[in-house]
This record gives sequence, C-alpha cells and structure tokens, in this order.
Amino acid sequence: MSGVSRRQFLRWGLPAGLGLAGAAASASAPGKETAPSLPPGMVHPNPTHYMGGRPVPTERQAPDALDPMQILTAFDFGKVTRLPNGQIQREYTLIAFDREIEVAKGVKFPAWTLNGSVPGPTIRCTEGDRLIIHFRNEAAHPHTIHLHGIHPANADGVFEVVPPGGTYDYDLMAEPFGLFLYHCHVMPLKKHIHKGLYGAFIVDPKTPRPPAKELLMVMNGFDTDLDGENEFYTVNGIANYFAEHPISLQVGEPVRIYLVNTTEFDLINSFHLHGNMFKLFRTGTSLTNFEITDTVMLCQGERCILEFSYKYPGKFMFHAHQSEFAELGWMGMFDVQARPQKA
Amino acid sequence: MPTQDETLPVAEVARTSWRPAAWLLLLLPVAILAGMVALFLTKGERLIGRPPIPPDALLKIEFERLVFRPGEVIATVRNTGPDEVTIAQVAVNDALWQFVVSPTATLGRMQRAIVTIPYLWETGDPVEVKLITSNGLAFKHKVDIAAETPRPSLGMLGIFALLGIYVGVIPVYLGFLWFPFLRRVRERWFHFFLSLTAGLLIFLGVDALKEALEAAGKIPGAFKGVGIILIGVSVGLLGLMAVGERTMGRRQSGAPGSERLALAYLIAAGIGLHNLGEGLAIGAAYALGNVALGTFLIVGFTIHNTTEGFGVVAPVARDRVALGHLLAMGLLAGGPTVVGTWIGGFTYSALWSILFLALGAGAIFQVVYELLKLMNRDARERAGSVANFVGLVLGLGIMYLTGLLVQL
Repeated sequence: MSGVSRRQFLRWGLPAGLGLAGAAASASAPGKETAPSLPPGMVHPNPTHYMGGRPVPTERQAPDALDPMQILTAFDFGKVTRLPNGQIQREYTLIAFDREIEVAKGVKFPAWTLNGSVPGPTIRCTEGDRLIIHFRNEAAHPHTIHLHGIHPANADGVFEVVPPGGTYDYDLMAEPFGLFLYHCHVMPLKKHIHKGLYGAFIVDPKTPRPPAKELLMVMNGFDTDLDGENEFYTVNGIANYFAEHPISLQVGEPVRIYLVNTTEFDLINSFHLHGNMFKLFRTGTSLTNFEITDTVMLCQGERCILEFSYKYPGKFMFHAHQSEFAELGWMGMFDVQARPQKA
Repeated sequence: MPTQDETLPVAEVARTSWRPAAWLLLLLPVAILAGMVALFLTKGERLIGRPPIPPDALLKIEFERLVFRPGEVIATVRNTGPDEVTIAQVAVNDALWQFVVSPTATLGRMQRAIVTIPYLWETGDPVEVKLITSNGLAFKHKVDIAAETPRPSLGMLGIFALLGIYVGVIPVYLGFLWFPFLRRVRERWFHFFLSLTAGLLIFLGVDALKEALEAAGKIPGAFKGVGIILIGVSVGLLGLMAVGERTMGRRQSGAPGSERLALAYLIAAGIGLHNLGEGLAIGAAYALGNVALGTFLIVGFTIHNTTEGFGVVAPVARDRVALGHLLAMGLLAGGPTVVGTWIGGFTYSALWSILFLALGAGAIFQVVYELLKLMNRDARERAGSVANFVGLVLGLGIMYLTGLLVQL
C-alpha cells in the first residue's frame, strides 16, 4: 500500500453508491438537511379507519422523476364508501401508460407504468373489504392486472386481456390478510413484468398489527439494454436511492417493512439488515413470526413482512446479500437517531 | 444611341451567353449536391419518412484504449454511432463505480472522451469496464490480464530504442553479412538467390497485409480499417513505382549496376515502411500489455528479420557497393523499427500501425515486381526456371519457419 494513503484507499475502494452515500451522510451535518424527512402520518396505527387516500396521479400528471421515498410510505387506501350491509368498499384506479423513467442517475428507461411509476401504487385494504379496481389501459400494448390472493376467476386478471384504450373493473373481496402483489399477466410475461407493470397489495388483518413506522420496499431490476440481464437493481425504482437518501429512524422505534420481490431475470433477490435482527413473517399471512434473522431470500414474486427496532444509533446499511446486486444499485441506509432526551 | 454596327447578330449573342466557363461546369454538380444535402438535412423526414429504427437505439461507443495506473483505470472511448451519446453510469467488473469523464459526458459524433475510474485493480486479473448510456445501452471492454501501462520516460525511450535495434536494425545488418558470400556464388546461382529474395519479400508482404487486416478489425468500425489498407497498399505500390521510374527508369540506358543499386534501395525502403508498421505494432502491443516481450519473442523477431537484410543486398551482389551505401540501406530498412516502437509505445494508435503496415505491403509487392522484371531482363534462361521456382519456394519456406518463432 506504499504511496496510497488509507484515506485514498477508502475513497477509491468504495463503489459509487457507498461513496455518494458517504457524501450525503457527511452533508447532513447539523443545520443542513439533505435526506428528505419522512412525511407525517406515515405511522399507520389503524388502517381500517383511514378514510383518505393518496390522490391517484392521472394520465401524464405523474411527476417527472420517480420518488422512491414517496413510494416507501405512500399507501393507497382507495376511495372508501360504506355499503348498506356495513361492509367497507374501496375503489382504486390504475392506469397503464408508457413513459420514460430514470432508473439510475442519468439513465432513462422506457417503462410500462401503472399511474406513471415503477412500482405502481401500493393497494392497501383490510381483510373482508370489497375492492373495485378500475383499470384503464392507455398504453400501446394489451395489459391486465393480476392480483395474488383469493378471488373469483374473473378478478384474476389473466383471461380478460384489456386492449389499448380498453377498461376493466376487478371486483373482489380482500382475503386473506397478508402481503401480496399485483402484476400484468399478458404474454410474454417476462417482458410485461420487467418493463414495470407491478406493485404491492397489502391486506391488513381485521385486528391491526401493532403500530410501527411502516415502509414499503419493492425489490426490482432494470434491463436497460434489453439483453435479458439487469443493468441495475433497485428498491422502489432508482438504483442506490436509499444509499444516497438514508431513511431516518429512531432508536427503539418499531419499524415494519413490507418487502416484495418483483425482480425479473434473476431467480432470487434478498434483503440483509446491518446491526440488527428482524422478526420474519413470511407472506404476512400469520401474526406469529416465522423466525428471527438478519437475511431473507425471496424468489420472484415472493413477499414477506419484517419487524425490528434499532438498539444503537448510527448509520446502518440494508442491501441484497448478493454482492453483485448490492453493487449494481440495491443498496440502502438507515440513519438511526438517538432518542431525544426527556427533560 | 447604339448604331447598327455595334449590335451583334442574335444567334451570336445566344451562343456566347450559353457557353458557361469551365469552372462553372466543374462546380455545377457540386452545387446541386450541396442543394440536395441541404434538402435532406432540413426536410429529410418528409422525403424518406421516419426511420424504422429510432436513432438512439443505434448509439455506439467504442473503446480505443484502456490504461492501468496504480488505483486507476483510464478508458479512451469514441462515439462511433450516428448520434450524440451521454455516458451516465460506469460499472467495473459488474459493480457501479465512480468515474469522471473529460471533456464532457455527452459526446458528439466521432468525439473522443477519457473516462477515469478510481479502482484498485489487481495485477493479472481480468478487468471489464462497462459504460451505460443515458438511454440504458451498455458498452463493454475487457482486458484479460491487467498490468500497469508503461509511462513515457527516458528509460522507456531507451528500452523501446533497444527493442527496435534488436528486432529491426541488427537483423538487417546481420543479413548484409551474406553479401560477401553472395559475391562469390556463380552466375547461375545468383538468380536462385534473387528468387529466394522474391519469396522472402512475398511472404513479408502478405504477412504485413495480414497484420494490417487484423489491426483493422480492432479499431472502431467507423474508421473503415480496410479502406485505410486499400489506400496504404495503393500508395505504397504506386508511390514506389513512381520512385522506381525516376531512379531505375532513367538509368536504364546507363550502367545496369546502378539500376540494381536503385532496386536495392527500393527494397530497403519497402522493408523500412514495413518495419515502421511492425515497430508500431510491437510498441503498441507492449504498451497495451497485450504482450510480454520475452527473450524468446525478441530472438524470434531477430531471426525472422535477418532474412530482410539478405533481401536488400541480393540484387547488388554482383556489383561493387560502397560501404556507405550498405550502411545507408541498412538504416533505411531497419531504422524505422526504432521510430515505430517509439510512436507505437507512447501514442498508441492502431490507425497509424494499419496505414504503415499497408504502405509496407504495397511497397514490398512493387519491389517484388521490380525484382522479377530485373531477373527477366538479364536472365539467360527464363525467369520461370526450376532453380528460380525452388528459390522462391525456399524463400517462402524460410519465412514461414522463422515466422513460427514470432507470435505477437
């Protein structure tokens, strides 16, 4: 190592994401905020009584750049009405259209989106709700919305292919509770999924899970040169985004991550948490945790819910434990703040 | 008021006004061409319709050079596609990495850029650099064995000079040492050795052409390497022919000895051009780390190139040749190797290597032609005799066998 100082070594040795994350971290010194703080109301204690809902971006109204931080905490609870029998009805609108999105700094990808973003909006409801999903296809190719979970065949989004300009309403009861996903089911599947037509679908149990800071993470990849291999791996759509914009947490704060794997081309993806262990709820269909671990591997289309809280303050990474994915963009950071001292 | 005398006949007026100047006739097609180009550039889409493939799908970046410095990989790249291209991300061995592009990350057509990547590469390991454009296309270049690229220094200059002397200059002079032997051989053996020389030269020319074609395959397609070879071979061939006409042609009526001396000089010049290209290739290969110039390779080149010296002096074997001429011819044939290794080693450019190899090939083929002409003219027997045939084949064979020792 003669001639190269340790400092230089560190500077050279760190990949782009880490280096930039370091820069972002050092810039977040007192008085200078860089990482966007989490919007209020992200803690979601009792979803059943949530009557609002994220305004659905309509055609061409989608923001110019995707905001993975927004996707992290934006849950679409739909337009809620109470039916005469007392049942809650939620209506959602999904619009498929093609647009270019930025998947890594400076790299544009001609995506097939739902409501303009990849992943699409997170559909959230409670077990037993009646769901009506209004789907409108404004894209160039035929598409469908195929939901995971228990529902009638005509709400499965496989045979009722919606042509460009067409619409379809998926009418179903939300069951069982758990973490699911939805995606287009038109052939060729690989193409329709990797281009971006997918999103998370959360069905909360009737008795809500304990309050926690809730985060949605959709792990995906982008094959920008269309050679059947991903150039970038991301969480919520932009490579290295959470490495450059760490997620703020507090020591002791309960955190719940809804983790969905929509990666194409690679059989599996994974999530590894630094400096901590998490309770793992596979598919979120049970309220008893499966195990306590620090790494979980998910196959294509597999999901799980993670619960944890940090014991120590500081910066902690989370990333795919496939080093290749981690170094091609699937890298993030928690910035854990010490609990404010009580006077 | 014009008088009757001053007005020209109507027909005469018409003829003079319709006879355009010669330069106008020259420029007319050019002007129409310029108009058409302007029309296509402004209204092209309406004239030929939208292209079936969007231009940004055809973007292309080609790597010209990969330099390894301690803790750094420096790529020289060129935009050889039809449209401007922006380098947005860089991955080294499948990991996104920091990088700096100079002068700008957006390259116009044929524009060159230097991509500097701080990366602690490991000597001997493969390194693959992947550039990802703003529209997501990926362009890769892989070096199988990473090794530090030599920097220009006086020491390197010396090493390259020595290299050039070993593989270029010494072998040529060594070949000259056959001169006394050639002087003593009997008349009928002389033509045998001239045929042998022709064989050596033909092999050398084809070999140069092969090397040029190989190098042409490695440069960006937009530079049209084969076109450069065509130009090089033609210029080498016709250029030397013109020189030959001026020197040999003029002296034809005079002493045949000076004609043969001129031919020897021409051979030396042709071989010199070839050696310049060869030196460029050797220097570049060494600089690019594509070759470990072991003693075996240098020995191989030395043996291979000794035949060149023989080729130069064979035509003048029956004449008295001043030592000064021999020294000058040796320098003309071997010296360019040194210059070539310098240029190739420090300013690697495959383009020049191709050009000089092609020039050399052309020159050598021309020299072979002159040689055969000479033999035909002063041969008692016909040039196509069995002895000459055996000589030619032997020449090719010697080159083939010594060529086995050389593998760049």
